Amino acid sequence: MGSKPTSSGNGRLSVAKTRKLYIDGAFVRSESGRSFVETGPGGVAVNVAWASRKDVRDAVSAARRRLPAWSALTAYNRGQILYRLAEMIESRSGEFAELVLAQEGCGEAAARAEVEAAVDRWVWYAGWTDKIGHLAASVNPVAGPYFNFSLPEPTGVVAVFAPASLLGITSVLAPVMAAGNVAVMVAGERGSLVAASLAEAVATSDFPAGSVNILTGRQPELAGTVSTHRGIDGLDLSGLLPELRAEAESGAAGSVKRVFSEGAPDWTGLPGVSRVLSFVEVKTVWHPIGI
Amino acid sequence: MTGSAAQGSPSPPAVPEASAAFGGHAPGVREGGESLAGFLRGLPGVDQTGLESRAAALATRSVKAGSKIRALELAISMVDLTTLEGSDTPGKVRALCAKAMLPDAADPAVGPVAAVCVYPDRVSLAKAELSGSPVLVAAVATAFPSGRSQLAVKLADVEAAVTAGADEVDMVIDRAAFLAGEYAHVLFEIGEVKKACGGAHLKVILETGELATYDNVKRASWIAMLGGADFIKTSTGKVAPASTLPVALVMMEAVREYHRETGRLVGVKVAGGIRTAKDAIRYLVLVNETLPAQWMDRSLFRFGASSLLNDLLIQRYKQTHGAYGGPDDFSLE
Amino acid sequence: MTSASNDRAAGNAPLAIEYAPAPESKAVVNIRERYQLFIDGSFVPPLQGGYFPTINPATEEPLAEVALAGEDDVDRAVGAARRAFDEVWSPMPGRERAKYIFRIARIIQERARELAVLESIDNGKPIRESRDVDVPLAAAYFFYYAGWADKLEYVRPGPVPGPIGVAGQVIPWNFPLLMAAWKLAPALAAGNTCVLKPAETTPLSALLLAEIFQQAELPPGVANIVTGAGATGAALVAHPGVGKVAFTGSTEVGKQIQGELAGSGKRLTLELGGKAANIIFDDAPIEQAIEGIVNGIYFNQGHVCCAGSRLLVQESIADEVVERLRRRLATLRLGDPLDKNTDIGAINSAAQLEKIRRLSKTGEAEGGISWSSGCALPERGYWFPPTVFTKVEPAHTIAREEIFGPVLSVMTFRTPEEAVQRANNTVYGLSAGVWTEKGSRILWMAERLRAGVVWANTYNRFDPASPFGGFKESGFGREGGRHGLEAYLER
Repeated sequence: MGSKPTSSGNGRLSVAKTRKLYIDGAFVRSESGRSFVETGPGGVAVNVAWASRKDVRDAVSAARRRLPAWSALTAYNRGQILYRLAEMIESRSGEFAELVLAQEGCGEAAARAEVEAAVDRWVWYAGWTDKIGHLAASVNPVAGPYFNFSLPEPTGVVAVFAPASLLGITSVLAPVMAAGNVAVMVAGERGSLVAASLAEAVATSDFPAGSVNILTGRQPELAGTVSTHRGIDGLDLSGLLPELRAEAESGAAGSVKRVFSEGAPDWTGLPGVSRVLSFVEVKTVWHPIGI
Repeated sequence: MTGSAAQGSPSPPAVPEASAAFGGHAPGVREGGESLAGFLRGLPGVDQTGLESRAAALATRSVKAGSKIRALELAISMVDLTTLEGSDTPGKVRALCAKAMLPDAADPAVGPVAAVCVYPDRVSLAKAELSGSPVLVAAVATAFPSGRSQLAVKLADVEAAVTAGADEVDMVIDRAAFLAGEYAHVLFEIGEVKKACGGAHLKVILETGELATYDNVKRASWIAMLGGADFIKTSTGKVAPASTLPVALVMMEAVREYHRETGRLVGVKVAGGIRTAKDAIRYLVLVNETLPAQWMDRSLFRFGASSLLNDLLIQRYKQTHGAYGGPDDFSLE
Repeated sequence: MTSASNDRAAGNAPLAIEYAPAPESKAVVNIRERYQLFIDGSFVPPLQGGYFPTINPATEEPLAEVALAGEDDVDRAVGAARRAFDEVWSPMPGRERAKYIFRIARIIQERARELAVLESIDNGKPIRESRDVDVPLAAAYFFYYAGWADKLEYVRPGPVPGPIGVAGQVIPWNFPLLMAAWKLAPALAAGNTCVLKPAETTPLSALLLAEIFQQAELPPGVANIVTGAGATGAALVAHPGVGKVAFTGSTEVGKQIQGELAGSGKRLTLELGGKAANIIFDDAPIEQAIEGIVNGIYFNQGHVCCAGSRLLVQESIADEVVERLRRRLATLRLGDPLDKNTDIGAINSAAQLEKIRRLSKTGEAEGGISWSSGCALPERGYWFPPTVFTKVEPAHTIAREEIFGPVLSVMTFRTPEEAVQRANNTVYGLSAGVWTEKGSRILWMAERLRAGVVWANTYNRFDPASPFGGFKESGFGREGGRHGLEAYLER
């Protein structure tokens, strides 16, 4: 815990990690060439890539390209991929605990507990991929010789603003993926180191390139671009700064985006399935019955 | 015809009738077009899921040891070694012909391949290079690969290839006409090309990647066979997806049923995207499980390929020497 | 000249591919001489000390000795399960239970080949099936139900349902590992503890599963495995500490169990026999329908309760279908279950082979015409060739009794109504198949077929998210999906 990235006790200079954006399965610097400074473990200053609106554009394009293949995977397969991410986060739990400690300022035990809760939450959502149909699908007893059923399908490209904590990030990203959507996550001033490390866990799990894209940047700069982008179908604003929400919601109206916005969520309790159900479209099929 | 032909396979009288009516010289004969369409729509449908799982199950068949050598050598003998580029210089064609006759200079027992496949203007050169060898020359014609030209131009293309000495002609069907439902036109064109071929064998390319559904592949296979095809062939190699196992399985089943109805043997050529010996053996397994034994021969089954040949040689080397051959052990062409 | 061109030059018959034997290596699995009972997290010898042999049905050679659990052993197992229920498993948060079950799923995936080989050796089924069907599905059932363990409040509206207690589960020999997964995964997810009795002739994969439980650190007593024959199963079912009985097997035994449990207050689910109709209409996708018929009756040597053992073909295409079917059957490969190219493996036991032979003779005696593919049968082991009976009438014994072997009875129908009538004219009601390109007719048929599963343009498909179970004397209760949890939750 708490080892400084700059040097260790024996005089050896440690190798610091460059924090990049994660777009289309690759780690890239912002096309703008910018970065901002975050406080990392041990109080050390860390440079984090500062995404521009063009990075948002690239991430949305990548997500949209991946959408057909990702949403066509079987729910079983998607569940295994979410579970695999839980395995990867668990195996990096030391690193995440250090970051949580540095970024969220809680105690060491609380930091470890938050990482464990985040792992368990990915597992919880992994189990939803092939069960959401049990909640959202139905066979409808219409009056007539028709077989009529309704099924949920993924909404499409969903942009999520990352809350400041690892558990918060998990709670907004996992339901979007469990429902079969692809995601562009925008981490803001707080929690960007956690988000950048999550990108590394995602990259080593089985999520295909472009299905999850993670940007770090400044919410006031990017909120407008994201909320008005016509290639985005849904928005989770729970992690967005409160003063930016109204404008983002009105931006969403331009292309009738599905918006999920929650006041000041407490991420420690189980979040329920409302987020999963917010990012599905229900399709009803009529089919005649007869010889 | 539609009533009885709807079931199972077409009833015996239906096919000769269709053949006579539509293999003739009158494009767009209204009545003929309608009953051909009725006949094709009456063919039993193809269930995609079931077809693909059958093809996938057959792909797990394991061919080992002595059988594997024989399968590899058989596959080598079935290759139509192909070059179809705008940049096909005489030098390139000569190199290809040499490779076709002697695939592995270190082991002259191997080969030769079945044919060399080139554009029509390279036929005379290939013919000269291959003279005295059993390797045939196949020419792609009929405004290959799109097929978008006047019929007269297509026929001239074929005649030029045949005059230059082509033993086989690989034509493309008019996919636009097929997708527009003008089946009789597609059939008529094939019939005309068949006549232009004279003694040359006709391979009819369906370009299955553009036909989109397995039902269409099946219908196009029947049109080609009714039109007089000696082979039906999956793809030009210029459109993705090219040959796949399920597509080949549909075509083999069509060939088998056509043979049962008419007694005529029609070959199958798979082309495009077949690069490894493992792929080739999977196709041979499909032939083995689907068609009578006569089809296990280059007179009735072919691979249209270029890089496949060296992988077959490398795998054969493994079988004969116990170690894998390297990429530079064999000439590239 | 190559051998291929020599053949041609000599005018020989063209070369057919011979699939040289490609046996899966037995080295991946270590079969012990003797297997003990798995009680309270440990392998323990039976109190009375008896053992019985399990044999390889493809060779008739003994594989191992397996402990014979007596009533006292069953009592120990139920006691361990009860303690584990009270002290560990039922109080445990669902998300922790979930993680144990996910671990089990993962280890099954990791040790897949070992399980597949062992299953094929002990059961006789082709490695292609154990490798591609039984084992992956077993992992999938654990994975699926793991995800339910922490979501029980979503199973149905109303208060969160609790578990029942100790489940006594008796499973058959046709899918030994998969049936264990069908039983254990939902029971454990719901918070019950289990005592499982595998079939006498196929106990080994369940005992390997017990090793996997140890590897997953599943708390002792949560899942116990007692091996033995009918008496062991009867003791388990009758044990007063068992709150829930799940049985998969013959209708005859199922009826006995239901009778014995009368008045006990125990919860019961039964998955019993079947005599499914596989119905082929004249507009069926014919090539795939033939595959579906073959898969429907010859999958797992016909040792499948939902096997499509009655082929109902529309009269107008009956001859063509039978002709195509024969041609297809001629390509089936029967033999060594461990050969990757084998389609048809060994009959599981001498007793089952005897039953199949007896019913086939009855079929011939009553006027049916039997036809078998010409495949050669190995000298040792239990084998029966894929067989088709034509000229079978609905009144014949083989059209009514479950054969549980690779024997298909072909009958015809004229109209959809008649197809439904004939399909439903049986005491069973487990499954049915419908083959037609017409969607509305599929739904019309599905509405009228009295069967728990209707497959349309496919057959013998299973998935953890999909409920499975019978109408009528094929049993009650469903396994798989959300419905499968109901059997293991308080009402």
